[in-house]
Amino acid sequence: MELIVYGIINSITLSLVSLGFTLVYSISRVPNFAHGALYITSGYLTWTFLDKFAGFPYPLAILAGIGITSIVGAMIYQFILVRIRGMEISEIIATYAIGLAILEGLRWGGLRGMTFTLPAFFTGSVNILGASVDYQRLIIVGAGLLTFALLYLFTRYTKIGLAFRGIAQDERAAMMLGINSDMTAVVSLAIGSALAGFAAILLLPLGNIVVETGYNVLIFAIAVCVIGGLGSWGGVIVASFIIGFAQILTEAFISAHYQMVVALLAIIITLLVKPSGIFGKQKELEERV
Amino acid sequence: MRKERIDRGLKVRTEGIYAINSAREILYLMGPRLLLIAGLLALPFVFEFAPYWKRVINIMCAYALLAIAFDFLANYVGLVCLGGAFFTGIGGYFAAIYNVNLGLPIYLSIPLATVSGALLCTFFLLPCLPLRGVYFAIVTLMYPLLFTRIIEALDIFGGTNGITGLDSFPNPYLEHYAIIIIALVFLFGMRRFVNQDVGLVLRGVKDNDQSVKASGINVTRMRIIAVFVASFIGCFAGAYIAHLYMWAGISLFALDFSIIPIASVVIGGGGTLVGAAIGAFILVPLSEILRAFGTFRIVIYCIVLTGFIVFKSEGIMIYLQRKYHQFERWVKV
Repeated sequence: MELIVYGIINSITLSLVSLGFTLVYSISRVPNFAHGALYITSGYLTWTFLDKFAGFPYPLAILAGIGITSIVGAMIYQFILVRIRGMEISEIIATYAIGLAILEGLRWGGLRGMTFTLPAFFTGSVNILGASVDYQRLIIVGAGLLTFALLYLFTRYTKIGLAFRGIAQDERAAMMLGINSDMTAVVSLAIGSALAGFAAILLLPLGNIVVETGYNVLIFAIAVCVIGGLGSWGGVIVASFIIGFAQILTEAFISAHYQMVVALLAIIITLLVKPSGIFGKQKELEERV
Repeated sequence: MRKERIDRGLKVRTEGIYAINSAREILYLMGPRLLLIAGLLALPFVFEFAPYWKRVINIMCAYALLAIAFDFLANYVGLVCLGGAFFTGIGGYFAAIYNVNLGLPIYLSIPLATVSGALLCTFFLLPCLPLRGVYFAIVTLMYPLLFTRIIEALDIFGGTNGITGLDSFPNPYLEHYAIIIIALVFLFGMRRFVNQDVGLVLRGVKDNDQSVKASGINVTRMRIIAVFVASFIGCFAGAYIAHLYMWAGISLFALDFSIIPIASVVIGGGGTLVGAAIGAFILVPLSEILRAFGTFRIVIYCIVLTGFIVFKSEGIMIYLQRKYHQFERWVKV
């Protein structure tokens, strides 16, 4: 019973982390290797607001953290990626370099050790089916479900959300219908970064803000997206449940060290068996040589 | 007004068979190459009285090898390898195992480590080779991090302490010239390789894999060859570095080995191979000067790298080539 509860929590954590990555990839076709860096940036900014400006209310600090992160994401596209759009090698190198610059810059700037923590929203815990779950994790589950619902509504009932789907399905046709490809890409990066920041605000109170988390988040996000099919949103949810439960099971029966091995093995098996991922049907022909 | 670029007369003539006509034209063709070769060979003597910088020469050449491997994979085969550290780590650990655990001498352990490391790297990268897109970048990004974690967690190969006690090189000049000569051999060898039949097919794979496939050539097999060649170079660099430091540890999987080659290629000029080496010759000494800054060096590389990609994507080498072969003048339109 415990395993199921923790498995669900872990799966929702994973999907929260990877939603931003998949959103950016599906719309702008940019593999955002700076995803983990944006995650940490948001946590660090919120911490800065809370710690440096005494008396700053926590909700405001969170809003500021997420807001600035999303502006950073939009600026990355507007000033850098837009100039190298379509050159795949340059896109990968540039986002990777930006991510590294942010992460290692933060490490150099003093983001080391255990002093950087965000407070939990509510302290305390509750007993669910024999597993003790603290309130923060409950909030994560709630917020995760809410995010899925909002994203679903957003992509189906708002104009910009529909534009997103249009661009994701067929960029040329969407452009012919008057959807500005660059503009949607900027917005997608902003929203993707905001999602990364949102995940960070929810998840970081459970641990410390450390640079290594940035790398782990990037890797888990990529693993989830590859298994679900790059750019497929339904795939993200299914894949995060697969990896989430696989991780919890290995942690319970083998050792906690193998979490990343699980992610990589899952990627390798997916690439061998069904390279386009679980839900990547639409792009299947494109990706196989 | 418009800038007009015209080939120098010398270039026009030396492109044909007339090159052997006069000493001046031979010099025009051979000059830059000879300058590079002679300059590299002379380096250990130039820094005779600066032992610290003499060691930097070795590392510089090792990075140049990694940069050549990255340039080859990215700009001739179309595979972006974000984890050069994977190659150095595997090569280094193999060298350590052969040398320390099996007791092989250094002149056997380095070549053996190079070959077996290349085979292992190719094997690990196999699953993503039949695919297009970003999968190769993703998988190579993950492997170095993964191997670090596994070695730490399982405490194999000496765990966090690494394997110590590798043989050093018998004398310092052998140490310098082994890597300098091999760097030169690989540099000019790769330039030939990409113009052989295999190399031409590989370029075809990068530009249009469908047409290569339509010609009855197995794309996956070509990519396996390319990855083997690149990891061969990378594993040699790793084995050499392990013997140079007489130590193989998880820092062989460090980020430096991934990002400096990428930065060198972008700064030096992608697709020229020489540019990759020249980029490494610029960046590695710079990184030694900036050693006091710690991880801030990586930030500097990344910013310079992004700047070059966005604003000067041709790189230094192609710029220099243009200046060497052509002259420019303003003309009225």
